[in-house]
Amino acid sequence: MAVGKRKFPFLLLILFALILVLGINLGEVPSVLEKAARICLSCIGIG
Amino acid sequence: MLVIRRWIQIIATVLSNAYWMFPFTRGIYQGSLKAVCVPGLNCYSCPAATGACPLGSLQNFMATLRPGLRTGHYHFGLYIVGMLGLVGTLVGRMPCAWLCPFGFLQELVHKIPSRKFEIPRFLTYIKYVLLGLFIFVFPFLIVDDFGYGMTWFCKFVCPAGTLEAAIPMMLLKAELRELIGLLFYSKLTILAVFLVWMVLSRRPFCRVACPLGAIYSLFNRYSVFRMTHDPDKCTRCEACYRDCPMGVKFYEDPNNYDCIRCLKCLQESCRFGAISYEIAGVPAPEPAKERAKAGAHAG
Repeated sequence: MAVGKRKFPFLLLILFALILVLGINLGEVPSVLEKAARICLSCIGIG
Repeated sequence: MLVIRRWIQIIATVLSNAYWMFPFTRGIYQGSLKAVCVPGLNCYSCPAATGACPLGSLQNFMATLRPGLRTGHYHFGLYIVGMLGLVGTLVGRMPCAWLCPFGFLQELVHKIPSRKFEIPRFLTYIKYVLLGLFIFVFPFLIVDDFGYGMTWFCKFVCPAGTLEAAIPMMLLKAELRELIGLLFYSKLTILAVFLVWMVLSRRPFCRVACPLGAIYSLFNRYSVFRMTHDPDKCTRCEACYRDCPMGVKFYEDPNNYDCIRCLKCLQESCRFGAISYEIAGVPAPEPAKERAKAGAHAG
């Protein structure tokens, strides 16, 4: 029906896929792992 | 459909918290899965958590925005932004209804019998203020002597972190109880307020204070999956509004920023076939409409 009118979501998908790949290439995945694998006591309201 | 959604919520909650060795290790899971963000709100300091919280990760990037030690590149959190953007563009706020453990908890608590209250609409905009200030601005701008910011939302607000991480960690590690201070009690109060509010109102945290829901909500109008409304069939009986866990008046705005696409209105509320959905502009398959019509005739 309105597939032609609904190109914007697909442009967004491509944009965010590129952003995701860029983030991975910039080495952000190990950075997330580093933070998520440690307990930050002050972050959860202790200390 | 409700049964299917319940099972998906249970499975998502279990998968997000599948590290059941924590009573023996007395610590959190530290494996490589923690590099992947879960789509819902689930504290990564929870002893059982198997993935990273996207909000916590985003705040950490804002708080430590600086060149990477190894690469020399700035880390803006593009990995998280890309992941949230992809999910949001595909389905909008749907993860809130189907995958978020804290959303699931709110639905369960709301089943406790009590007098129920509606949430004033103006309160639903608070989540955007929290998103802007506590996730982006404060962690980035307010820094300590070493140039690092704090995870403001996690530290001062997040009731999921208190419930899933702070309380279990204190039960696991007795030495942490000595560190309890005003901050912990203030967060405990926030958790208590939301727990009581969950009994009285439908999904109060999602509607009022969740920055993750606020991010996904920005995509509701532009997502591949969208709800559709047929005004010719709609009688404005408000059955969809009465059943909606987010208090959305579907007939006024089918892709309202607060709609979590739980599909309850489609499957259970509307007897006139006025509610449907489309995927990439392609209308829903006929069975959904036929079922709605059959309901209308039966009613």
